[in-house]
Order: sequence, then C-alpha cells, then structure tokens
Amino acid sequence: MLTEIRWHGRGGQGAVTAAELVAYASVLKGYYALAFPEFGAERRGAPVTAYNRISDKVVYDRSPVIEPDIVVILDPSMVGREVLHGLKRGGLVVANTVKKPKELAELLGSEYRYATINATRIALDVFRLPIVNTAMTAALIASTKILDLEHLVEAVKARFSARLAALNELVIRKSYELTEVA
Amino acid sequence: MGKLVPLSGNYAVAYAAKAADVDVVAAYPITPQTAVVEKLAEFVANGELHAEFLHVESEHSALSAVVGASATGARVFTATSAQGLLLMYEIMHIASTMRLPIVMGIATRAISAPINIWCDHSDFMAAADTGWIMFMAVNAQEAHDLVIAAYRIAEDPDVHLPVAVGYDGFIVSHTIEPVNIIEKEEALRYAPKRVTWFTLNPEKPVTMGSLASPEWYYEFRVQLQKALESSAKVITTAFREFKQHFGREYREVDGFYTDDADVILVTMGSTTGTAISYAEEVRKAGLKVGVLNVRLFRPFPEREVLKHIEEAKVVAVIDRALNPGSSFVGPLYSDIAVTAFKKGLDIPITNYVTGLGGRAVLKSHLDTIVKHAYGLIGKRMRDIDTHYAFVGVRE
Repeated sequence: MLTEIRWHGRGGQGAVTAAELVAYASVLKGYYALAFPEFGAERRGAPVTAYNRISDKVVYDRSPVIEPDIVVILDPSMVGREVLHGLKRGGLVVANTVKKPKELAELLGSEYRYATINATRIALDVFRLPIVNTAMTAALIASTKILDLEHLVEAVKARFSARLAALNELVIRKSYELTEVA
Repeated sequence: MGKLVPLSGNYAVAYAAKAADVDVVAAYPITPQTAVVEKLAEFVANGELHAEFLHVESEHSALSAVVGASATGARVFTATSAQGLLLMYEIMHIASTMRLPIVMGIATRAISAPINIWCDHSDFMAAADTGWIMFMAVNAQEAHDLVIAAYRIAEDPDVHLPVAVGYDGFIVSHTIEPVNIIEKEEALRYAPKRVTWFTLNPEKPVTMGSLASPEWYYEFRVQLQKALESSAKVITTAFREFKQHFGREYREVDGFYTDDADVILVTMGSTTGTAISYAEEVRKAGLKVGVLNVRLFRPFPEREVLKHIEEAKVVAVIDRALNPGSSFVGPLYSDIAVTAFKKGLDIPITNYVTGLGGRAVLKSHLDTIVKHAYGLIGKRMRDIDTHYAFVGVRE
C-alpha cells in the first residue's frame, strides 16, 4: 500500500504542519511516512504546497509527488481544477468549503471523489482564528480511514503545548464528526 | 532500541550531535542547514546539552573556532551548506593536516551564481579533496547514525581525521520521516569520549600548524594520504560495531539488485532511494537494473565498488554536480571510471549529470538514462563518442 497526498493552502494556514501531523499519526500506526514541503521560501498568504507519502513498507522514492491519490485543500478560495493537476482518476478531494460533496462533483468533475467540511467555521468557533490545518487532517482521516483518529490526537499532543493541544483535539473531534463524504 | 519518531534530516543531525555529547558547537546559519544549529542552540539553552555554543561571524570563523577547540581536546561539531562550505574551504585543509577529529554536517546545496538554495552536490564535491573522510547519507536516519559513527571513526587513534556527513538539502534536510534516535548513553558506549590526539596543553606545550619548510611539508601531505587510506579499515570496524550496538547495518557502498544487473545506476544521496524504487518497478517489466549507492566517498572504496560493477554490462554514473572543463565532467564518475580502468574493466561506463540546483530527479529521468545505457550493451569504452549526457535540462 502506498498513499500519496498533496496539500494546498496559503502561508500561515499550516499546510506543512498538517502534513507533518499526518506523518506522525502514520508512524504511530506503524506505517512508514514522509512529509515534505514544496521546497523553497515561504511567505504568509502565498500558495503553499506540502506532500505525504505513506506506506506499510519503507518508502524509498524521494522524487516529488506528481500523481497524488488525495488532494487536500485548506483554503476555500483555492478550491478549483487548478489544484487537482495529476490527481489520479477516482482520487479523493478533501476540501474546506461550505459546499456539499455533490456540488463539488458538479463543479470540478465526476472523475474524482469528494469530501467536504466547513473547517473555517470550526476553527473560528474554537480558536477565534481561521487556522484550519488540524481540522483538515481530521477530515482526511474521516474520509479515508487510512489512519486512526486517536493517533492524530496523540500527534497533536506531541506537537503542541497542552493548552493548544486541548483546543486542537476539540477541533479534530468536531471535524471528524462533521466531514461529509459523497 | 528506541522508538521511531518523525524527524527532519536537520533535526536528526542535531539530535546526533547532542547524543555524541559534543563540548563545543560553532556554526553560522545558512539555508538549508540552519535548523541544525537552531536546534543545537535550543538544546544548549534548555540545559539538555552541556556545550559551549559559539556565535561566530562567518563559516570561516566557525570552522576556525572548532579547529581551536578540537586542538584542546574538545569534542566539536559544526554544520553548513554551499557558500558556507566554500568559505570554510581554506580551514578544511588545515583541519585535516592538523589531524583534528572534527565532525561536520553538510546539508548539500548548489553554489552561486546564480543564487540557488536547493539540493545539488557541488558544495560537497568541492570539499572532496580536502583530506576529510566524507560520507553521504540517503535519508534522515542515516544522517543521524553517520554523525555518531563519525565520532567513533574520527577519534580512533589510527585515524585522527575530520569527518563530513552530507545529506541532501531539503530532500533530506527538510523532509519529516521516521527516525530512531540514539540516546546519549548508548552513543557514548559506542563512541566513548577519549582524547587520543595531540592537544594544546600549557603543561606540555606544543605548536600546531606552524611553518613546515621544504624539508618537512611533503611528509605531512604523504601522512594525510596514508591516514585516509588506513582509515578504511577503521570505518569497516566502526560499521560492524554500529550494527552490534544499534542493529542497523551500514557499508561503504550498498548494492541493490547488482548481482544479475545488466545496467547498474551508481548514485549518491536521496537519488539512491528514487533509483531503488525505479529499479523495483522496471524489474517487474524484465529490465535487469541494479543500483549502487556510494555512502563513503573519501577514502573512495574502490574494492567494494568493483565487487558490484565487475559483472555489469553498462555502468551509468549519476552525478548531481559538475566539474566544468574536466575530462570526466561528473566528480563521482571520475572515481568510478578510474577504479574500473585500474582493473581493466572494459565496459561502457557513462556519466549522467542531473538534478542541479534542485531540479527534481524523476523516475522518467532515470528511465531515459537506463534506455540510453541499454543501447550501449556489448560496446567497449573506445566505441563511445561522448561519455556524458545532461538529463532533465532545458534544450
């Protein structure tokens, strides 16, 4: 099994951290995982891309992910066909949007599968800030079941201070429940 | 054995220096190495590492500072990339001929101009003839392990040489992957701190690195050559002991599917991983492709390389650096070609320069290389017009 994920967000939304948390949860599950950013300088607000390669075997391949199995979109303004380049037929799009999976299928094409969540709303409710990365990691797990939610919670506890971890756990559990899959 | 934790290559290197319980760290920030010294500074500030952290004004000073500290008997560490390494170049020769067991991490990066912060082996290769023992890691775990092995090797009474551990900028330095962290107690059992080299000591004054007239200079250079040659044995021993202590096995070179391979790709660093993955794919389609990873670059492991390439039909050497105007073009190629020539191996040995300045090395590039190499089967070196090609460059 090899799963390749590409994350799209904007500088400051935490796409790179999201990929790192997913790698952490993968390692906790006993998988081998890589998380890497699109290499280069990062600027707040500019488009940011990050990647995961997750496998039950050692991952040797160090080339960039060109044909991902899953695309996760952190910023509602970026939901569009431009970020789906290379996505495998039948691949999954996990998007932060107010739209339903069915609406996305009409908008972006029926050759992909869709999962949606209003992550911005959940993040604003809990953090008072539109930081949606942990919500989107939960949405990814809810829609794929490739990883365990409890491993993600554990990764968050390892990564953040106790106060932030508690808030993020709240976001994660809520997002996991509210993710809609077509 | 500890458990696997997700770590970047840079942090893996910082944790290794911490486990080795270094006494002095001097470094200057440069992308993509910066996170190593940031993390070490944090360890020192938190009291997790009892070391002197020297803030210096340049890489020239960083290496000079660790030369001085090492000469007093301290266990030292520094790390750099690209222009920083070039600024250290003058002192690198001084460190090796003064026979100081310094350990350095190199997050490999292209050299200017134009300015480029991405992965490339030009910096590492520019330092290849400075008298240092040089390793190239393929991933974060290796970078971690090789830094710890480096202290075991450098401080061995039969070696007394500085050691550099290269790991690909961004592709390894900034990628998070599972790493088994070696703890201090375990690291020190494997590589105990023992000052076996001549040190500066006011009680027993000595002079180091002073003038050597024509009557004596030559001997210092010959000793350096001999020291590198004889370090090979210690490196083998250090790897064997590493396996006994930590379970992970390292060799000077690794062959993957080289036994029955028609075409062998010779690689260093992260490209090795991609090449293994590629070879596994094309073997299913019947192409007998092998991969030879060169982990130890200096002293060059000729015997070990030869064992793997002797039976091949074509050897395709992949370089992520370029020696402009040279007869060989790629630096790894020069060592492979000379190694083969010395044993009269008359098969096509070709050079492919790729991935400069962070240009991605894709499986499609490896496929181009392998297809080209397959076309040379049965030929001899003298039948080939051009021994090198650029792969993945804009025409």
